[in-house]
Amino acid sequence: MRVVIAKPGLDGHDRGAKVIARALRDGGHDVIYTGLRKTPSEIVKIVSDEDAEVLGISTLSGAHESLIPKICDGLREDGIGNTIVFTGGIIPERDLELLYKSGVRAVFGPGTPTSDVLAFLDEALLRKQNNNPIGVGDDLGWHWN
Amino acid sequence: MSNIGQLLELAKSGDRRSLSRLVTEISESSPIPQFQSESTWTLGVTGPPGSGKSTLIGQMIKHWIAAGESVAVLALDPTSPISGGSFLADRIRMGGEDLGDNVFVRSIASGNSPGGISPRIWPMCDALSLCGWTRIVVETVGTGQSEFRIAALADRLLLVDGPDRGDIIQAEKAGILELADVIAVNKSDLPGADSSAQSIRMALSLSGDDNREVLLVSALNGYGIEKLVSTIESCHSRTAGNEMIMREKLISEWDSMLVTHPEIDELIAKLCIGSITVNEAIHVVGSSIVQSRE
Repeated sequence: MRVVIAKPGLDGHDRGAKVIARALRDGGHDVIYTGLRKTPSEIVKIVSDEDAEVLGISTLSGAHESLIPKICDGLREDGIGNTIVFTGGIIPERDLELLYKSGVRAVFGPGTPTSDVLAFLDEALLRKQNNNPIGVGDDLGWHWN
Repeated sequence: MSNIGQLLELAKSGDRRSLSRLVTEISESSPIPQFQSESTWTLGVTGPPGSGKSTLIGQMIKHWIAAGESVAVLALDPTSPISGGSFLADRIRMGGEDLGDNVFVRSIASGNSPGGISPRIWPMCDALSLCGWTRIVVETVGTGQSEFRIAALADRLLLVDGPDRGDIIQAEKAGILELADVIAVNKSDLPGADSSAQSIRMALSLSGDDNREVLLVSALNGYGIEKLVSTIESCHSRTAGNEMIMREKLISEWDSMLVTHPEIDELIAKLCIGSITVNEAIHVVGSSIVQSRE
């Protein structure tokens, strides 16, 4: 699949994003990395122009509560609600529900084996092929973890 | 009307989402769709890995936008021969800031295309041109000395090199240097750039009538970019009568017929188990191509 890995906001650490990008590449995916410090609207534009099926958002700065819902709203408003969104980074347990409600389908914290992320993408692709809700604009409810 | 026809009409009317879908369709459809565009303006940008091609394109984009052009970039990065995946990171270096709706960047995995240039790139350029993009840039994967394919297919070719690329013997070697319309030595802010440019100028001067310019530029601080853009703008589209270009066009067409042949995977599998020879495989492909052209 074509996957955009994005770093929103002012967070300047992208080792995690690069590790995931590399793991997905080795898993046979085409990975487009946005680079650091992108705004939600820039990220939406990149996903659209690259015609990516999946967006992975990495955030460590604690701004996920404000940035991630904005990105998810932007994807829906831009007519690409079929994009599959997952996130990774430092995200406290109490915020998971908010992210799932925004349309995020998986949240990967520190220590996640990269094989989990690949397994999620396999499952997501299967759901997409079977017309089960998986995009950011589809019915909520199902999420990976 | 076909899906591609519909997307093209929508994209022409300015619908960016349809443009993006159209490029994907061109990269996946079989047979490869073709478009007729009279006025496609293309620039190939090639050079060794790390010479600064993407960053330099980012600088040129700013000049073109200021001049009222709209710029589409097709940025190629290699596909892993092992996993089939890719890490496409050219666009990071192109837009430090959001440059608005007059820039379209699409990252493309080179796949298993010979010369790193997929035969699908050219219909993409024509489609982009039909949709009103006035400057279309194709950035190759990082290249060495013998990747000529881009030279055959882009209207004009920029070779980007860096300082400390070896002594004059490197510049004397045959290869892509002979085919570039414009040569830029990037990273002029670093020591060695000047002597690198001088070596290339010396090599060019040996062939008498060669009046191509070797420009010193810095994609980092913007030095020389204006001159670079104006040199590219003034260079004429490559002449159709050029023997080398025609040769590459022919080989490119043959390669693309081979790699897009419907039986290619089957033939490779048979070659692996030794049930046919390479000659027999060539015969299968060759005869079906002849039939399809009759």
